[in-house]
Amino acid sequence: MSWPSTFALVREQTRYQILTFMRSPVGLFFTLGLPLFMLVLFNALFGDGTVDTPAGSWSVQQFYTGGLAAFTAVSATYTNLVNMVPIRRDDGILKRWRSTPLPPSVYLTGWILGALAIAVLGVALQLTLGVLAYDLTIDSAKVPAMILTFVVGVACFAALGLAVAGLVPNADSAPAVANATILPLAFVSDIFIPLEDPPRWLELVGDVFPLKPFVNAFQNTLNPLVDAPAFTWGKMAVVLAWGVGGVVVARSTFSWEPSVSGSRRDKRRRGRQPSA
Amino acid sequence: MAILEVSDLCKRYGAIEAVAGVSFEIAEGEVYGLLGHNGAGKSTTVEILEGHRRRSSGAVSVLGTDPEVGGRDFRDRIGIVLQSSGVELQLTVREALHFYGSCYRDRRPIDEVVEMVGLTEKIDARIGALSGGQRRRIDLALGIIGRPELLFLDEPTTGFDPAARRESWQLIRQLCAGGTTVLLTTHYLDEAEQLADRVGVLAGGRLIAEGTPEQLMASAPNTTVSFQMPDGVSPDQLALPGNVEITAGVVTFETDQPTAALAAITTAAIERGLELVGLSVRRPSLEDVFLQLGDDQPGQGVG
Repeated sequence: MSWPSTFALVREQTRYQILTFMRSPVGLFFTLGLPLFMLVLFNALFGDGTVDTPAGSWSVQQFYTGGLAAFTAVSATYTNLVNMVPIRRDDGILKRWRSTPLPPSVYLTGWILGALAIAVLGVALQLTLGVLAYDLTIDSAKVPAMILTFVVGVACFAALGLAVAGLVPNADSAPAVANATILPLAFVSDIFIPLEDPPRWLELVGDVFPLKPFVNAFQNTLNPLVDAPAFTWGKMAVVLAWGVGGVVVARSTFSWEPSVSGSRRDKRRRGRQPSA
Repeated sequence: MAILEVSDLCKRYGAIEAVAGVSFEIAEGEVYGLLGHNGAGKSTTVEILEGHRRRSSGAVSVLGTDPEVGGRDFRDRIGIVLQSSGVELQLTVREALHFYGSCYRDRRPIDEVVEMVGLTEKIDARIGALSGGQRRRIDLALGIIGRPELLFLDEPTTGFDPAARRESWQLIRQLCAGGTTVLLTTHYLDEAEQLADRVGVLAGGRLIAEGTPEQLMASAPNTTVSFQMPDGVSPDQLALPGNVEITAGVVTFETDQPTAALAAITTAAIERGLELVGLSVRRPSLEDVFLQLGDDQPGQGVG
């Protein structure tokens, strides 16, 4: 008997990750639903107005659709992995996979491709809603930059998600870590609020961490003030550097074993006992 | 032929010796029970044999390989039913078996596995909607989907009620009848008695006894006899042996010659026209053996 092909293994793992995600109502709501709701909300609040950024004034829908689409991509990768990996680790699911002949690299690839697929779906939903409901303009000459920025961002935030998931002590603290790391940054990263003239230190915080560079690079592909092809190489380099760092950290922190403090497993076990 | 050989296995965590020189072998087709209380070193030993943990010293050969370096080929040939390991509750039984099964070279058809573990009717149900006992069957199903040559069963019925345990035993016996070699860990003595061909008793990280369940019981040969003392009869009139205890009107004694002792007592009772209410003769259980062995090994290290 021969081994199943790597392609078939990766395909099944990706399918498995997408299927389990699609059946998790909480994940679906926060990853796909909430950013769509915010797009509706911001457009309702600010209507046909313009936003002022250091680059100049441009329309609300171009700004918010770009920012929220990038935020969705980060939710689908970084937030999703930081939340889900520790939960499955403490449930013993990671250990169960480690007990099978599945190569660990294929398992991790499945996580990343699954997150990528969800990010594609989320960004597609954002852009579709933008075009259909809010007259969003997509310049076909900037689409290659949009796709490349998206791919780099998704890969890097997935790597960072795996790195932080390895640092999270147990499943109970995972949501807190995910939110504490991403939400404060989101407020200084041109997602919810356009920062026209922020204090110097806030701008610095935004520029040093990878979220704002990714959001700005993605927004630029929808920004009418930026000429095609709209590749923002400098900001993409910042994102990429963080991604490489994420891979390095993930390699040393990733664990298959439930945490010792992972009370979850014991809770599950007690919950499982059939009543006499 | 031994398909699992362990020789002088040790595992240390700092100053603590969780496994302190354990040696045993398992022959092909055999069901071997590793018996011990929590902390005796069972799980550590088994996780080393599964390749989940590295040993401190000693030699280990499982299916002709060292589990530490066995890798993918090794994991393809073993099946592991982990102690209370989770499974994705969002998946159906069929989907879980499909996804986990898809990484083995040779896998059993899903319908066949589901039938073996008695979940045919639940095959398209979400795992989250199943009862605890049914989920444990999925653990078993996932353990055997890849046609393992050696199956690790880590405390397969911990936390079960008596009916669910008997059901699981029947299931495990069916699997064993198919010729699969099994390493079973348990802290239930009756479970080892029911399922295992041979039993090794672990305490304080050491193997303190080994043999068939019958052999182990033979090492604690006393049979316990008990009945209610009939009214108005003295112990002498019933030819009772010297070591009887009479508590609340119930006579209990241990003997290594139950036939002779019973003959004397029942003869005396019949001569007086007495019925011995609640007469019972109990052979020693593995529990008794285990308690006795445990008593003989005071102050052994912690597990």
